[in-house]
Amino acid sequence: MSSGTFAAYRPILIAIAALAALPLAVPLLVGAGLFAGPNTFYNLMIFILIITLAAQGWNIAGGYGGQFSFGHAAFFGTGAYAQAVLQTRYGVNAWVALPLAMALGGLVGALIGLLAFRARLRGSYFALVTLAFAEVFRILANATPITGGAAGTLVPLRIGFGQMQFDAPAAFFYLALAFVAVVLILNRLLERSRFGAWLVAVRENEDAARALGVDTLTVKLKAITLSAAVTAVAGALYTQKFLYVDANIAYGAWISVEALLAPIVGGIGTVFGPLIGAVALIGLGEAAKTVIHAAFGSAVPGVDLVVYGLLLVVVIAFAPRGLIGLLRTRGGR
Amino acid sequence: MFRSYPPQIVLEAVLNGLLTGAVYALVAFGLTLVYGVLHIINFAHGAMLTLAMFAVLVAHIGFGIDPYLAILPLTPLFFAFGYGLQRFVISPASRNDDGAILLVTLGLSIVLENLLLAIFRSDTRTLTLDYSFSVVDTGFALLSLPRVIGFGVALIVAAALWAILALTDTGKAIRAVAKEKLGASLVGIDVNHIYAVTFGLGAATLAVAACLLMPSFYVNPRVGNAFVLVAFTVVVLGGMGSIAGALVGGLVIGVVESLSGLYLGESLGQIGIFLIFILVLLFRPTGLFGAKA
Repeated sequence: MSSGTFAAYRPILIAIAALAALPLAVPLLVGAGLFAGPNTFYNLMIFILIITLAAQGWNIAGGYGGQFSFGHAAFFGTGAYAQAVLQTRYGVNAWVALPLAMALGGLVGALIGLLAFRARLRGSYFALVTLAFAEVFRILANATPITGGAAGTLVPLRIGFGQMQFDAPAAFFYLALAFVAVVLILNRLLERSRFGAWLVAVRENEDAARALGVDTLTVKLKAITLSAAVTAVAGALYTQKFLYVDANIAYGAWISVEALLAPIVGGIGTVFGPLIGAVALIGLGEAAKTVIHAAFGSAVPGVDLVVYGLLLVVVIAFAPRGLIGLLRTRGGR
Repeated sequence: MFRSYPPQIVLEAVLNGLLTGAVYALVAFGLTLVYGVLHIINFAHGAMLTLAMFAVLVAHIGFGIDPYLAILPLTPLFFAFGYGLQRFVISPASRNDDGAILLVTLGLSIVLENLLLAIFRSDTRTLTLDYSFSVVDTGFALLSLPRVIGFGVALIVAAALWAILALTDTGKAIRAVAKEKLGASLVGIDVNHIYAVTFGLGAATLAVAACLLMPSFYVNPRVGNAFVLVAFTVVVLGGMGSIAGALVGGLVIGVVESLSGLYLGESLGQIGIFLIFILVLLFRPTGLFGAKA
């Protein structure tokens, strides 16, 4: 490994080490009154990591490849349902179910991609067709018996490493962090690869890329497959964390929105964008909930999402390259 | 799975589908108009419809204004709201870049929907009017009076939109910008003003749609989503940018929804719409009336 290669991965390794050290700060954070207890802290962190992973998936096709999907719920939900149904109906072990959930998510991505890209859907049309697929999946999951219909699927509580259910909340935090870390490195590899260069070429000018000999259909298909597989892992982790999934969680518009908001707010088409965006969005959302709760004396629904929406508009208006873009401008890079 | 029904029931389902379809068309007019001119999907369309429906609710409960009379104040009010939103928020925030407009309207829809949720909570509300359940006996089918009125007004609005686009100078300017915005700006048309007028017209039709819907429909902060997904389908089916296409598309979708609800049941009935949506997008993305890409 040359020093230049190491330099490219150093920020990633530092970020992973910093996140891995976070649990050391839990007593301080709880002591300062920021969190009610260690469990509140871990639940929030795990949720942020799961959203980060879903967003990292979106970022591959949407960020690097410029294919704005409004329906990544189709992949998140497939991963979530596969993880639940394989365990409860087919007795598959959780650790075996996870790679299967990832593969199924990737397959769904490849199929939707094949249909959409062969029909040459771009921009608004691509956004709409992905949105429609996610809705079809939601309606089907709500009506078919194999997914548990409207009642959803409950994964039985069986604590044990073999079941991917942990007594210590830190364990699941590290599991989710491991996946986020792998995708951070994967994204850097992608950026430095020929495939990554083709993908960015498709985003910047698809017709020019094709004219120069890039097989744009194959590039986009590979990107959406990888993108869907990563987001499906996020879904599988969601099931494993909360041990319950229904159609509105798995295939709901909320996850499509979170998966695309985080990279855009953080920095679209960058390695750290999804992570920074997820921390900023969920952190500010929680802060807004707390402030409103204190001001009105009771919880007001929707305030965190109002913050999300405002943040999206503000970022696009004032920082089109996301929060990362702001940091880089400040740092003179 | 398929049951057979007497022709009377099927006929009633088709007629009811046509009545609902006219309101779908009305919701779709604004979407297709904005797409035709700005070449972008307005993702805030559903949330703006929800806002309009709450406005009708507040007008009735707070000021005792009948929903049909509320068309008079709400239409110009929403025109101004849409005009301002495009001119002072969407356009400056997105610098008129396509991808950015898409995301800004998505952001606005999230803000609007959740502000309504924070103010009105997630309760579903209805208006109780003495004519809510009135029916018209056509001799061969009983039809709900509010929906018959909705059908008629939707046709009037379609005609009015056509007249604005075809006969007025502003309409001419809108069509010019839709065709070639650089050329339009070179002959002295204020493109940003025309964008905002188009957005305003879209919002105004939503206000009319909300007034027609409220006597027979419910409202909650998420109600617009259901309509806007149907409206997307209508717009895609009719061809993005085509008013006549939206009218026909709306009627077709209304009938399809009504019949698939009859034959497949409530929960799967919506599937029919989305399948049409996906199939049209994949095989004929220019729609039935759209120009060739």
